[in-house]
Amino acid sequence: MSTKDDHGHAVSGDTADKKGGATILLFFILGFAASLAIGWGVFPKLLYSTKPQPFNFDHALHNREVGDCESCHFFREDGTFSGVPTLAQCTDCHADVMGETEDEAIFVNEYVAKEREVPWYVYSRQPDCVFFSHAAHVVKAKMTCESCHGDIGTSTSLKPYQENRITGYSRDIWGYSIAGFKTHTYDRMKMDDCAECHEKAVGSVDRAPAPGVVSRHFRQEVVPAIYPLDRQAATGSSVQTRRDACFVCHK
Amino acid sequence: MKLDRRSFLSFVIGGAAGTAVTPLPWKLMDDVSIWSQMWPWTPVPADGAYTYVQSTCTLCPGGCGIAVRKVDKRVVKIEGMAGHPVNDGGICPLGLSGPQMLYSPTRVAGPLKRIGKRGEGKWAKISWDEAVAEVAAKLSDLRESGHPEQLAVFNGAGRGTFSALVDRFMTVYGSPNLVRPATFEDAYEMAVYRMHGQQAMVGFDLENANFVISFGSGVIDGWGSPVRMIRAKSLWKDRKVPLVQVEPRLSNTAAKADRWLPIRPGTEAALALGLANVILSEGLFDRNFVDYYTNGFEAWRKMVLDGFTPEKVAGITGVDKDFIVVLARDFAKAGAGVAICGRGRGATPGGLDEAMAVHSLNALVGAINRKGGVWTLPGNEEVNWPEVETDETAANGMQRPRLDGAGSGTFADARSLPNRFFAAQADGKADPVKALLVMEGNPLYTQPGTETVKKALDRLDLLVSFSSLMDETAAYADLILPNHLYLERYEDVAVATGMATTVIGLAQPVVPPQCNTRHAGDVVLALASAIGGPVADAFGWDGFQACLEETLADDWDALTEKGYVVHVAQPSHWSEAFPTASGRFEFAGGYQPVPIEGDKGAFPLVLVPYDSLRLATGPAANTPFMTKTVGDEVLKGKDVFVEVNPQTAGSAGLGEGQAAVLSTPRGQARVRIHLSEGIMPGLVAMPGGLGHTAYDDYLAGKGVNVNALIGPVEDPASGLDAAWGIQAKLAKA
Repeated sequence: MSTKDDHGHAVSGDTADKKGGATILLFFILGFAASLAIGWGVFPKLLYSTKPQPFNFDHALHNREVGDCESCHFFREDGTFSGVPTLAQCTDCHADVMGETEDEAIFVNEYVAKEREVPWYVYSRQPDCVFFSHAAHVVKAKMTCESCHGDIGTSTSLKPYQENRITGYSRDIWGYSIAGFKTHTYDRMKMDDCAECHEKAVGSVDRAPAPGVVSRHFRQEVVPAIYPLDRQAATGSSVQTRRDACFVCHK
Repeated sequence: MKLDRRSFLSFVIGGAAGTAVTPLPWKLMDDVSIWSQMWPWTPVPADGAYTYVQSTCTLCPGGCGIAVRKVDKRVVKIEGMAGHPVNDGGICPLGLSGPQMLYSPTRVAGPLKRIGKRGEGKWAKISWDEAVAEVAAKLSDLRESGHPEQLAVFNGAGRGTFSALVDRFMTVYGSPNLVRPATFEDAYEMAVYRMHGQQAMVGFDLENANFVISFGSGVIDGWGSPVRMIRAKSLWKDRKVPLVQVEPRLSNTAAKADRWLPIRPGTEAALALGLANVILSEGLFDRNFVDYYTNGFEAWRKMVLDGFTPEKVAGITGVDKDFIVVLARDFAKAGAGVAICGRGRGATPGGLDEAMAVHSLNALVGAINRKGGVWTLPGNEEVNWPEVETDETAANGMQRPRLDGAGSGTFADARSLPNRFFAAQADGKADPVKALLVMEGNPLYTQPGTETVKKALDRLDLLVSFSSLMDETAAYADLILPNHLYLERYEDVAVATGMATTVIGLAQPVVPPQCNTRHAGDVVLALASAIGGPVADAFGWDGFQACLEETLADDWDALTEKGYVVHVAQPSHWSEAFPTASGRFEFAGGYQPVPIEGDKGAFPLVLVPYDSLRLATGPAANTPFMTKTVGDEVLKGKDVFVEVNPQTAGSAGLGEGQAAVLSTPRGQARVRIHLSEGIMPGLVAMPGGLGHTAYDDYLAGKGVNVNALIGPVEDPASGLDAAWGIQAKLAKA
């Protein structure tokens, strides 16, 4: 009796264990799948909010009218880059309504007439701590606008602006692929993307790794590109720390 | 299948494992780090074009050129203007921190009318039209009642066109009661008037001097034009030009001087005459100048030789006899020696005897209108307006005596005596003024004897402040008609103070007005127009800017472009240099010390104020940045430290850092003790520029206003305030 009972118990116990194991595995998979769905699907949608631009802007049309990017996005006399045009620049041409579009009417009535700057959302705006010189890249290294800004110059409408709810910066900085993959140089504008291009431009530089927490690319490629080897940077550009100079790009 | 504890844990573990292979944790980490490095509440200047505007700083009479850096429309930095004849790229802490004034939360946002009690801080916002109409109505009433002299103006603006406009307004309105704050320059100019026979400004060619004696002047502590003086001090060091500092306290200037002569305060004139004694008895004076261009030399010489032997002077001043002899010889033999006076920043005029003794000493070595010496300058020559046509009311008003007694009777030489003005107004015995307009000034804080000033203001029917910031006087006013700040307005600085050449600077708008303010010049024109009649007719300009452009006509283009022009003064021919009765320089003066206030029995110590470049004592108060630079041995929390010699502190039973009560006949205050061997025993030194009650939390309630503890003492010779201290006592708190 007891043996049978024991046996019977043993059998039913095994089955229960198998069943239990399957259940646990199932729940593991469920949890795994759910988090994948949240992480890859829900999270990006929650992280960004879509904000409408004040009105639409047709880059292609303007490009045809003025001929090039530099007419509006120019270098000032002191070499600094003007970025997004100010209202004063626009009104050089747009003192009155120039076309028949609704956007033109909004622009002239809401901004030109009221002398308010247009509060554009800027896709390429980097965090305030980033120092970036357009002159070094466009004038000296002769890079095209497209390498970083893509084909915005030929677009007829502004794409929706997706603002990161935590940082307040555009989704364009991290890139539209939440995994961080990119196909074009202009798909992402994080520090590693700076480093990647600098590595290509400068080639591999054999030098002793400096202590620090910045990425390998950055230490070995970006800094030597900025500081030639015959300068102090070869052993770390900061006199105080003997490390590479973060302040070259970080304000 | 049921959801038990194990399956739940499994779900959670699966979730965690899954999350690790999604971007979620990594992206969140990145975003949170960006967010935490760029707190949204950290102010970041707007992006935009970087530009510089060349202008002139008017925060003190120094007249420094400034280059104001802007990013887009916002001022971000003020630098000294490179190549400017006054400061050549240098700047002082006050000038540097101008942006904190421009964007200060204590800016007066628009015209205000008091609705509570005076000083209670209850205001009603009014429009500019209402504000101007209200003041104009009171002014018209006074004129119609036949007493235009009952209007007074306290004008702290420099010698530029704005002040000329105010002068003109007062003349055509009919009130002689135009009061200006007095400084050491007033005493020195009065000495020059008596000895040269001309009303002139004085300039010191310090860059070309080769031996400098400073009778207590804070050469690097804010005297004259502060940045120019620091540059001059550096130049002297390079050229090995000795600076001798005569002062009872080891100030920054004394510490950097080549010789420091601690002296009993108030006896500086005796030392100057003691030096003259040695120079005379040893025949070291400039015989050419004395023989050909001076008068009264013999009598003065006898007075100095009899009364001021080195022994006697050593007894009066406490300076060693041998030091006096050596210093006198070095000074006379240097060939281009010059002596300057005006204690600390020179904000208190001091005794006339002192200015005359120092000027005599300069004359004795021939340092008059000579390279490296004292120069007389013509003052503001830009204003050449047609004479005003006054009516009978104005003519009668202008005939009445000034409340401060300047320009008639005993004080016929004086032009303005602010100490006597407030004393007489507070006293109430003379016919008091009914309305006071305060422009570019804060007398309730800056005038020694603040209680008296308060009493004087209490007797007014109408107190109007034109201050851009809520200072003490503005907070006590009935109406505030806020002026543009100096970075928002046109204003000329006709002559940079203390310079031997005439440097004219132009302050111009760097940014549009940040508040609903109006240029005080435009308000004066609006008041004139509202009063009407001959008062309105005296001003033909549409606005102050038009007036300024017309006045500076030939210089306007150069001024707006470069920010300054230099007029090289043609030195008068010697035959015209001294328009006195004799046509020569008059040696005069002696040693007539004015006793300071207080009973030596009840108050055995002496309180002396001292100045520092880190503390603004004038109408422009300390900025938060400047207060940050003040050391812990001067101000800690809300406590001010007084400097006391260990010997003096010891006999009062006080040690370093201890709290004490400092009493003077004018009042008492809680202070803390800082022991210093660098101050003569028996003295208590307190910094000026603290103890504000108005402004903001960065300034109000920190330390004690030394002007509340010291009152003016009238010099019977000039009427000016000669007080260099006050009797005081220290007791444990």
